[in-house]
Amino acid sequence: MDIPLWLEALIAALLITGAVVATLGSLGLARMPDFYMRLHGPTKASTLGVGCTMLASLVYFSVSGEGISVQEILITVFLFATAPVSAHMMARAALHRRVPCSYRTRDLPWEEMDNPPPLRQSSSSSGASQR
Amino acid sequence: MISAVIPFALALFGINLILNLYRLLKGPDITDRILALDTLNINAIAVIVLAGIQMDTTLIFEAALLIALMGFVGTVAMTKYLVRGDVIE
Repeated sequence: MDIPLWLEALIAALLITGAVVATLGSLGLARMPDFYMRLHGPTKASTLGVGCTMLASLVYFSVSGEGISVQEILITVFLFATAPVSAHMMARAALHRRVPCSYRTRDLPWEEMDNPPPLRQSSSSSGASQR
Repeated sequence: MISAVIPFALALFGINLILNLYRLLKGPDITDRILALDTLNINAIAVIVLAGIQMDTTLIFEAALLIALMGFVGTVAMTKYLVRGDVIE
C-alpha cells in the first residue's frame, strides 16, 4: 500500500489528463454542427482519455496490489482495436444514408458517388459495363 | 493525492455522460444516436475503472470488459443494419 510519491503524482497526472481529454471529446460530440465533424470528437479524444485512465489504473494496481493486473491491458487493447472499426462503420452508414453536412463543406461526397470520375485506362470493353 | 483527484475525474466523466445523453436525445439523425451510444459505452468503462480505483478492488473490471464487448457488437449490428438492411445475411 506504500506508493512512492512520484508514482502517486504520475497516477494523478494521468487521471486528470484522461478526464480532461475525454471531456473535450464529449464536448465535441455535443457542440459540433455536423455529423461528420461530430464523429471526430469521441473516436479520438475519448479513446485517448480512456486510455490514459486505464494506464493510471494499471500503474496503481500493479504497484499497490500483487503482480501486474491483466484486465486493464485487455480492456485497453480491445478498446484501441475496436474504436476505429466502429468509427469507420458509422461513417459508412452516414454516407449511405446521405446524412446532410454543413453548408461550409466543399465537394459533397455523394456527387462523386453518383457520378464517378471516368477511368483513365484504355477502353477494352466499350460501353458494356457503363451506365 | 489520488483520493483527492478521483472525485474530480468522476465529476468530469459525469459531465461527459450528460453531454452524451443530450446528443442521444437530440440527435437529428439516427447515426448521431448510434455515435452517442458508443461514446456512452466508452465513458461508462472509464467510470467503472475509476470506481474500481476508489474502492480498491479489481473485481468490477469484468463488467467494464463486458460493456466494451457488447458496445462494439451493438454498434456494428446497428450500422450494418443501416447499410445492408439486415444484420446477418
